Amino acid sequence: MPNQYLPVLIYAALVIAFPAVTLIAAKLIRPTSTNVGAKLKPYECGIPPEGDARRRYSVRFYIIAMMFVIFDVETMFLIPWAILYKGWVAAHMGLFALTSMLVFLGILLVGYLWLYKKGALEWA
Amino acid sequence: MQAATQATLDFLKLYWAPLLCGVVIVAVLPLIVGYIVLVERKLMADMQARLGPMRVGPHGLLQPIADAVKLLIKEDIIPDDADKLVFWLAPVFSVGAALLAIAGLAFGPAFQIAQDLNIGILFVVGISALGIFGIVLGGWASNSHYSLMGALRSSAQLVSYETAAGMALVCGLLFAGTLNIKSIVAAQGTQGVWFGFLAPVAFFTYLVASIAETNRAPFDLPEAESELVAGYMTEFSGFRWSLYFLAEYTNMIVVASVATTLFLGGWLRPFANVRWLNFLDYLPPLLMMGIAGYCVLRMPKQPTRVQQMFMLAVAGLCLVVAMVLAAPVLLPFVKPSLKEAVAPFYAGIHGGFWFIFKVSAYLYFFMWLRFTIPRYRFDQLMRLGWHFLIPLSIINVLVVGVALIVGSYFNLQGWALLLATTPAAIVALVAALAILSIDQKKQARQAGTAATDFYAG
Repeated sequence: MPNQYLPVLIYAALVIAFPAVTLIAAKLIRPTSTNVGAKLKPYECGIPPEGDARRRYSVRFYIIAMMFVIFDVETMFLIPWAILYKGWVAAHMGLFALTSMLVFLGILLVGYLWLYKKGALEWA
Repeated sequence: MQAATQATLDFLKLYWAPLLCGVVIVAVLPLIVGYIVLVERKLMADMQARLGPMRVGPHGLLQPIADAVKLLIKEDIIPDDADKLVFWLAPVFSVGAALLAIAGLAFGPAFQIAQDLNIGILFVVGISALGIFGIVLGGWASNSHYSLMGALRSSAQLVSYETAAGMALVCGLLFAGTLNIKSIVAAQGTQGVWFGFLAPVAFFTYLVASIAETNRAPFDLPEAESELVAGYMTEFSGFRWSLYFLAEYTNMIVVASVATTLFLGGWLRPFANVRWLNFLDYLPPLLMMGIAGYCVLRMPKQPTRVQQMFMLAVAGLCLVVAMVLAAPVLLPFVKPSLKEAVAPFYAGIHGGFWFIFKVSAYLYFFMWLRFTIPRYRFDQLMRLGWHFLIPLSIINVLVVGVALIVGSYFNLQGWALLLATTPAAIVALVAALAILSIDQKKQARQAGTAATDFYAG
């Protein structure tokens, strides 16, 4: 049996080669840039930039990231269940499969409700 | 030396098809993306009662090539304070992830790079989600307030809608029972009904989530011109910028292809199993002939000779495509013995046509939405994701599960399964709308008390 991932690897090499080649080609073609005035400063609507951009930012982004981990792992667990579900239903064990997933989702649902009550899902 | 040649030959014998597909995709995709942009601009112009690009080539048909050349010879600017290495790598990462995701997709029964990848759709979704690293790193590296804000917004948005999209995919997979792309399409063929009909709520959820994930209007907050200049791309110029652009449009093609595969029957003709609708096979060649005829009709109206020739060339190309599409349908009439020999060509060519047709329809819908609906505010976007789409998709997975049990109990097959799944979809929608209305009432109560934070994100 041919290896499934070998074509993917070769294609990945092609994919990396594409931007590399075009960037190098562009470097050869384009005119050399000259540094005039504040040209190399970050764009801030025409005025000199206000300090460094790497400052603290809203904590909500971190909360969203944490919630994402929870819910995405949940989806990951759902996928094998979804694949096997038809087989279980055909074998008249559908209710068992559904209730076992219900228990799992129920635990997460309690978490969701708690997050909702705490206001973690609110943005403003 | 001889052994090495032999090994190479063996290797090529095994993998010539995926290799060819890979080379074709990497070579042709930038061009296709360029023309998608042209179509988008033309559509936008049409909806706003303008003409759009008209100067470069007849009806602006050469505009994408002119744009590409312009971007290649543009001055390259890397800001002083930027992190040079990350600034270099970020667009490459973005475009790499987007292009690599295509490896798992099948644009027809034969045209696939990773043949029979058993985790098919999971591979596509996983790899395309990696593209967010390119956006975040690019935004951070440019050391500009706009870029950083755009990158943060983009990541928060993608992360929020990833869950809803994943749940919608799970819903489709409940019907398919496999992750392999070919088997998913085959399942829709044998069941005789597309999963988009069986799981309309999941399709809707995926549609909305895919728009948000590709940062398209009305959810294009990360690159909202009126707020953030160009979001994470603000500091990027020349070809680096066009790599980001390429990644964005490639991602659009990827999500459209995933939706087509899972919900719209992949490369199957509409009603592939219905014998009396077989005349639909004549539709693709006739359509291409129509386009060719239109081009010939418009030819004398072009102002210069070069443009007339170009129009004629386009017409010729359409005619060739029409002939290629017509050959496998018409040959069996001429020589009935060829029916067997022509069958794989029919599957490949017409499958490819229908797949591209469906993907184009999906992309057209994207563009249509972009020109119709005004942009959301960021907190509205987050509320839509976390308060509506995620509960809706979770409930939908459960009710579809129940519907499948009911369907198996009454032995419903094919279109009859709609009897079980339609009430399920209605239940899911009503439940989610109830959650939303409770949420809005709570919102209205709070509105008087809380001060608005204008710098929230």
